[in-house]
Amino acid sequence: MNKRLLALLSLLVLASMILAACGTPAATEEAPAPEEPVATEAPAEEEPAMFECTDALGCVEIAPDEPVHIAYWGVLSGADSSLGEDSKRGVEIAIDDMGGQFQGHDILLTTEDGLCTPEGGATAAQKLATDTSLVGLIGSACSDETVGGIAAITNAGLTTISPANTRPLLTDPNRGPDYAGYLRTAHSDAFQGKAVAEFAYNVLGVRKAATIHDGSAYAEALQQVFADEFTALGGEVVAQEAVAKDATDMRPVLTTVAAAEPEFVYFPVFVAAGGYIVNQIRDVAGLEDVKIAGSDGIFTADFLEAGGANTEGMYLSSPDFGAFPGGYPEFIEKHNAKYGGAPLSVFHAHAYDAANILFTALEEVAVVEADGTIYVPRQALRDAIYATQNFQGVTGSLSCSPSGDCGAPVIAIYEIMNSDPASWDPQNADNPNPKKIYP
Amino acid sequence: MRTTLGERLTDWSISGFMWGFRILIVLIVVLGTFFTLQSGKYTGEQWIDFIVFGISQGSIYALIALGYTMVYGILRMINFAHGEIFMSGAFSAYFLATWLNTVGFVDANPVLGLLIPILFAMLMSALIAMLVERVAYRPLRGAPRLVPLISAIGASFFLQYTFRGFFGPGVYAYPPIKALEGEWVIFGIGILRVQVIVAIAAALIMAILYIVVMRTKIGKAMRAVSEDKDTAALMGIDVNRIIVSTFAIGAAMAGAAGVLYALIYRQVNFFMGFTPGIKAFTSAVLGGIGNIPGAMLGGMVLGIFESVGPALFLDGLGIIRPYQLKDAIAYTMLVMILLFRPSGILGERLTSKKA
Amino acid sequence: MKKENFIWNSIKIGLVAGAIGIFLCLVGMVEIFSKRDVVKDVISLGMFLLLATSVLAGFIASRRTSDLLEGNKAVSNLLAGTFAGLFTGIVLALFVLFSSQVNLRAVFLNVTPALLELLTFGQGTDGVWQILVFGTVAGLVGGAFLLLSPSIRKPIVNAVMVIIFMALFSSLFRVIMVNQSGGIEKAAKYLFSQTGLTANGGLIFFFGTILVSVLRSSQAGKVQNLVDKLPQKGKLSLRVASIILLAYVVIMLPNAAGPFIAQVVVIISLYILMGLGLNIEIGFAGLLDLGFVAFYAIGAYTVGLLTSYGEFGLQHVSFWVAVPIAVLVAMLFGGLLGVPVLGVRGDYLAIATLGFGEIVRLLAGSDFMAKYLGGPRGIIGIQKPCIGTLGEFVAVDVPRVCNGIELGKPQEIYFIAIASALLIAFFSYRLRESRLGRAWMAIREDEDVAEALGIKLVQAKLLAYMLGAAFAGLGGAIFATLVGSIFASSMQLIVSINVVALIIVGGMGSIPGVVVGAIALIGLPELLREVSEFRFLLYGAALVTVMIAKPEGLWPSQNIRRELHREEAAPIPSETTS
Repeated sequence: MNKRLLALLSLLVLASMILAACGTPAATEEAPAPEEPVATEAPAEEEPAMFECTDALGCVEIAPDEPVHIAYWGVLSGADSSLGEDSKRGVEIAIDDMGGQFQGHDILLTTEDGLCTPEGGATAAQKLATDTSLVGLIGSACSDETVGGIAAITNAGLTTISPANTRPLLTDPNRGPDYAGYLRTAHSDAFQGKAVAEFAYNVLGVRKAATIHDGSAYAEALQQVFADEFTALGGEVVAQEAVAKDATDMRPVLTTVAAAEPEFVYFPVFVAAGGYIVNQIRDVAGLEDVKIAGSDGIFTADFLEAGGANTEGMYLSSPDFGAFPGGYPEFIEKHNAKYGGAPLSVFHAHAYDAANILFTALEEVAVVEADGTIYVPRQALRDAIYATQNFQGVTGSLSCSPSGDCGAPVIAIYEIMNSDPASWDPQNADNPNPKKIYP
Repeated sequence: MRTTLGERLTDWSISGFMWGFRILIVLIVVLGTFFTLQSGKYTGEQWIDFIVFGISQGSIYALIALGYTMVYGILRMINFAHGEIFMSGAFSAYFLATWLNTVGFVDANPVLGLLIPILFAMLMSALIAMLVERVAYRPLRGAPRLVPLISAIGASFFLQYTFRGFFGPGVYAYPPIKALEGEWVIFGIGILRVQVIVAIAAALIMAILYIVVMRTKIGKAMRAVSEDKDTAALMGIDVNRIIVSTFAIGAAMAGAAGVLYALIYRQVNFFMGFTPGIKAFTSAVLGGIGNIPGAMLGGMVLGIFESVGPALFLDGLGIIRPYQLKDAIAYTMLVMILLFRPSGILGERLTSKKA
Repeated sequence: MKKENFIWNSIKIGLVAGAIGIFLCLVGMVEIFSKRDVVKDVISLGMFLLLATSVLAGFIASRRTSDLLEGNKAVSNLLAGTFAGLFTGIVLALFVLFSSQVNLRAVFLNVTPALLELLTFGQGTDGVWQILVFGTVAGLVGGAFLLLSPSIRKPIVNAVMVIIFMALFSSLFRVIMVNQSGGIEKAAKYLFSQTGLTANGGLIFFFGTILVSVLRSSQAGKVQNLVDKLPQKGKLSLRVASIILLAYVVIMLPNAAGPFIAQVVVIISLYILMGLGLNIEIGFAGLLDLGFVAFYAIGAYTVGLLTSYGEFGLQHVSFWVAVPIAVLVAMLFGGLLGVPVLGVRGDYLAIATLGFGEIVRLLAGSDFMAKYLGGPRGIIGIQKPCIGTLGEFVAVDVPRVCNGIELGKPQEIYFIAIASALLIAFFSYRLRESRLGRAWMAIREDEDVAEALGIKLVQAKLLAYMLGAAFAGLGGAIFATLVGSIFASSMQLIVSINVVALIIVGGMGSIPGVVVGAIALIGLPELLREVSEFRFLLYGAALVTVMIAKPEGLWPSQNIRRELHREEAAPIPSETTS
């Protein structure tokens, strides 16, 4: 009993000494400007003759022997981990392309798992927010993570570029001051849902449409955007159905859809569910000849494998690969050599671009001293990222809007010409499959 | 014993509430069914479709549930890592089947092309389960009941993320088997071939298991150990060896289920064992845990409820997008069955000592 | 005969160690951890893992040899270690040779060229012999280590452990310390690099720990004597002083350590709340509940609906009004869900409650309830707690103004969470000692006997359910405020499983055990976020290890301790026939 007490006591004395030593100055420093702890701190550190930090958000100082520290945050465990892993790989390739170095400093990439939930994102963000050596962030993967974590990141003076969030709200002009540090290279669902609606109404000439989603925020939002746009164009949405994420037998739900007699069925789901729907849709009376479409969640060769022969003639919306200024095949080559397989999801190229935008902005604003010390003014970096115009990435020519949308929203509609997965090559100039048909 | 009026009143109100709850669930089911059938939204053929699908799905649950129930029968422990054993079977079969497929073996010998991956998966699953038993469970014989459960949860995480480490977080597409594509028309109703094959294969495997348990020496020993470990040991049965074989046999069933699952769903992923594992555990409980025919029956019942439930019960009540609530239906049915039969469909009434 | 025996034994140990080494490579740890350092420019974490495997193999082989030969025999011990190390090396070398010939990467993603380069020290297959040399030397070191006297061995083991601990958490320490001013920041940069310890840091921690260990073993007795000699009054004041100090540390922590640590502490506190709640069900009354997340969700959604200024907000009341309501609602649901399953026992109960948990999650995320609960879009814009008066609700998506102190940041919600945890722990403690608590214990031991003793099974169980649910509801309420938004995807089964695990790992029925369990199972994984891919792998391995090493839990209650000892006398628990 006494021994334990003794141990506890000595531990406490030690801890309180540390706290007393560091707690007080930190508190006084943070009190006047809790939002920007670096601003007051960084200038005190360096020799004023060389560099005066006047940035509103403070500066990151990188000593000659220290690495340039960036972080990736996003889901890396659980059922959605392939989404986060896919983007992480894009960032890693971007770093490889820099030779692993920035201005002679190694680039250090750390990762934080956001678990694809708001609280996971919040915790990851809090951890990143505490780290004053960070210059910039790439992430998150799931929109929920951003909702949970963005306030902490913005308030810490950091800026993050998400390669994979598609929720429209995140780059809404009225998104609020918490989002000041948030941009994305992924396209908002708003663009994609709208493109599909216009294609269906104007090109296919259908007037009655139905949608199916899988309960994920991605699919739910996408089908809702589609439904709103389609109705606005003058069409009628006759059924909006949903299935569970792990559903396999789609006949019941398709039967319900068939009862509403749509001419067009839109299911912006993922590969598994998409495969089952396509496999079974032609078996359902009333849907034998209905036109079907999906979105970028199933824009992969895997989908052809899962969906089989019925995928022929199906429409898929996706970023317009034709509008990619080039470099994508080379990127894929690097990816496959590095990771021993094809990309896991659709946002690897967006992550690559996001990282490169960050590096470009960094190059612009970083102040390099003669001894190799780098100073990165944070507000300037944020502004530089927002000021990105006509950046030639592999996903297109990217320009960032004041509300943080950097994605080149060139959405195209493709038609699947051949259901053999080996023939999947949207880039092929001579015989593309799927083939771009709109716009 | 003397009871006051107040105590009796609370007793009454509680049992009244319980009956109210039972009646409510039954009412939902009956009313939903009535309205759905009355609306005539689905044809007879569609109902049969639902049931066939439910059977093939249920037979997979049943196969996995056997492993849960056998281990429970002997050790009174929930082997939480069993879902991961199922996943490891699917993964091993995936790599073999892909290779067999690329060399053209599957197209040349469809039967062997199907059988060899199944046997390989059974073998790998059994090996992994024996390893898990040796490392994570054997040192805990005789520990309080929940301790092996936590160890099993740990083993489950460990296996899951080992596979994620080995093979990455991506989805692997199980190779298509031409012989299984398309439908068979039975009594004028088209039924997917793959579903028929899966149901038949599962039935065959379960039949073999039943013979092993009921007719062979090792089966007899297993039953003896599950009746009473001490007495069995006195009779000269090597209890440890029997426990290991139980794990191995249960795991082999799960491995086979993994392949059958991959055949229907055509997808393999490190996380795939989680949901079917929970569902199979539910099936085992539904049938009466520790009871082998119970596990088979429980799996079938759960599979069919899941398939039929949303359309039959919820559609009629005007609940929108009922297919989202498929799992909720399954669990509601589970609760309902436990309300009427607290020890599962085929389970005996337990004394508190055993439970 | 015996000699052959021990060598064969060592070879077997070496083979197993080699297999573990291959596992570490295949799972990707070696390569990814090679980018992190234990000590910068000295050894990376990945290499350390492999090296530690060989050293341990040598040590274990050496110890086995001592067992076999009934005593230390220097030559045999060294030989055993060498063989174990050599065979670890041989297995790894064969693995390298094999994977340089066969494209293993088609199956195992992590057998990358980079990994092979790492294993051969950048020399291709020509460098394979070095693995053997390293393995053998490491094994020899391990074998020789046993021969050292314990008074030398222990400080070295301690020092290595401290270094590993410091290296693993280096970025955390560094980040926190760098945020302080002056000397501490300099010290942080001196001791920690961004990927591990600096060479200086490694030396300091190594020799520092050795010094402390040696001092402690020689001086502890004296200090203990001093304390023992204190008069009764002195001891009391010592205790009071330690409590005051503890309070001081707790109060100062969030300010000094920053929002991340505060956030982690809040999450730990939430799990403590849930753990204490479930502890009433499992630990006190013996009711295994796998659907505990349901009540957490109900608490969170209640607060969300009552306080949100977003689209789904109903009432726009303040946090302080919403929390008691949330607790009551959760309690009510505890009763509603508890009643039907009261007749269900044991593992049937576990699965029935699991079902309830899943039903709640599925309903919350479904389109059917989306009109009220937001479906996949969740409930956002949850009002932060405000000490003072809240301004009027103006419009949707506009937070209400707080005239006073708004508790928005994790460092501030920290205090709410800690206070709640303390309150509930106290309540829990009083409850256990109460008449009701004893009735629960009786039910846990034997339902039938308890009933025969006149305990109202139904009422007692129902109360356990409702109180457990109330605690979880409080946890959910604070959670909603902390994150500011709720989604059904946060209410996964894994939360329930975590709570059960932390209770058992902490020690069933033990209130301090819940705290220890929550810190170990929730806190440590949160702090080890950077090893994201391997977090759950390590978590799983840790659960198994803890259960095998300490089946009674890390801080067991007295009852369980007694029980275990009873069972040790009769290893196979008697079970009635089925």
